[in-house]
Amino acid sequence: MTTMIQVENATKSFTLSYQRSLKQTVLAKARGRKTHDVFNAVDDVSFKVSEGESVGLMGLNGSGKSTLLKLISGVMRPDSGSVLTRGRIAGLIATGTGFDNNLSGRENLYLNAAILGMSRAETDRKFDEIVDFADLGKFLDTDVAYYSSGMKARLGFSVAVNVDADIFIADEALAVGDRPFKRKCKKRMDEIVSSGVTMFYVSHAPGSVRNLCNRVLVMESGRLGFDGDVEEGIRYLHYDESDDNGDDDGLGADI
Amino acid sequence: MTSEQAVSTPPLGRGRPTSAELEALPLAPPAATGLAEVVRRRYLLGMLVRNTIKSRYQGTVLGWVWSYLQPAIRFCMFYFLFQVMIGRGEGTIENFAIHLFAGMVIVHFFTETFNGGTQSLVQNRSLITKLPVPREMFPVARMLVAAWHTVPMLIILLIPCLFLGWRPDAVGMAAALLGFTLTAALGLALGLLFSVGNVFMRDIGKVAQTLTQFVTFSVPMMYPFTLVQERFGEPLASYYLLNPMAEAVLLIQRGFWTGTTSDPEATAAVHLPDHLFTRGLVMTGISLALLVLAQRVFSRLEARVPERL
Repeated sequence: MTTMIQVENATKSFTLSYQRSLKQTVLAKARGRKTHDVFNAVDDVSFKVSEGESVGLMGLNGSGKSTLLKLISGVMRPDSGSVLTRGRIAGLIATGTGFDNNLSGRENLYLNAAILGMSRAETDRKFDEIVDFADLGKFLDTDVAYYSSGMKARLGFSVAVNVDADIFIADEALAVGDRPFKRKCKKRMDEIVSSGVTMFYVSHAPGSVRNLCNRVLVMESGRLGFDGDVEEGIRYLHYDESDDNGDDDGLGADI
Repeated sequence: MTSEQAVSTPPLGRGRPTSAELEALPLAPPAATGLAEVVRRRYLLGMLVRNTIKSRYQGTVLGWVWSYLQPAIRFCMFYFLFQVMIGRGEGTIENFAIHLFAGMVIVHFFTETFNGGTQSLVQNRSLITKLPVPREMFPVARMLVAAWHTVPMLIILLIPCLFLGWRPDAVGMAAALLGFTLTAALGLALGLLFSVGNVFMRDIGKVAQTLTQFVTFSVPMMYPFTLVQERFGEPLASYYLLNPMAEAVLLIQRGFWTGTTSDPEATAAVHLPDHLFTRGLVMTGISLALLVLAQRVFSRLEARVPERL
């Protein structure tokens, strides 16, 4: 099997500074207080993802999931160790980022696609598909400033899911728009999964992880706590002991 | 992110690439960086530049006409104030308004590249912290935007020049081109350095603003270069010429101003320093070297940019 993501001893540390101005720093130093703190958001993490695997990344808030995802998407680079990937990475990360309110929906569609790495020809080819999916109707040529938040989200989502990816990354918040749109999203996600693309999916919802993934990684304060079977991973996190009527296990919360 | 692949991928409904196809792709760090990557993703760069230019006159009725109107009014003001009212340069510097405005075109290009570049990373915070885009793209985009805004100013400069009998000459055009190259390289180099510095300490942005003010007064446009020589003599006048922007302004004046005077050769001999081209070439070389260095520093520091924004 082809290795699609190879993470070896990746560490990413963040510096927390308590003071910002020179005066504050000098005062803190004089009083013998700490001026900054370093902690590892991702700490010596290693794993490999092969072609066609669908990996769910789980963990409590602040356990380093987002940082790990940023290392894989290339927004951040590890301080030590390495993160290597194969092919084009795309997916549902920060959909709609880079939208310019002064531009029309059509112009923003092209801009967003370019940010995600698509060429003009590729965008032209997919244009109808994206527009159909976003279902903006006559608003396509209106400035995005006049869009409702749902419409903006729909446009961002439509562009993101139509980028051909070799590694598809999804970071939670798939729940955009109204019910009909959510259904459409779910259908589209299922299509993406069944197409056999390598997937990397960050979620708190055990239901959708069960539904979409065949392997689970659990992050625990920056370290990789668990790597293996989906059910075991969910049990490892104690996410299976639902304390209410199990609503959050459903798909409603997520997809 | 490799958009090269994007170009080569088969059209719509492409199946999943086969294992062999995937195997053929390199296992590489997820996002490439550097100026080369900016050139490769010029489609996105072009779009960012266009959008910035478009948003400049957003909501105005006159639109792009403003980019001509503003410099035109400024030139008329200079002309009236300095040549009609004060009589500045009478007998010594002919066409003082052109002397001043020519310098201003290039200084404006420099300050917009430098200051715009310095702010560019902080301004595009939301994009940089979420999606992998080569970070050098933002200072480069600001330089191109600045260059675009220079065009109307140049046209406004050309109108009185032509009226006063200026005709383009090969040497003058070469001088102007060299001046612009020097300024672009220097502005971008400083923009890169200061943009990344500004992320770590917002004070750097203030330093950049102060420096640009300094530039306006440290180049021979509000006064002729001869004034520096007269007042301070050597060696101070040669130290003055160590400022690359002073060279750039003199090159532009060789390109446009000297040609408008009654005896261009005499004007050039009196008001421009010796070895103008040699100095210009050396400064351009230094600026290009600085650009390479700035890119090195940038790529070293930019790894920490997303978390500090």
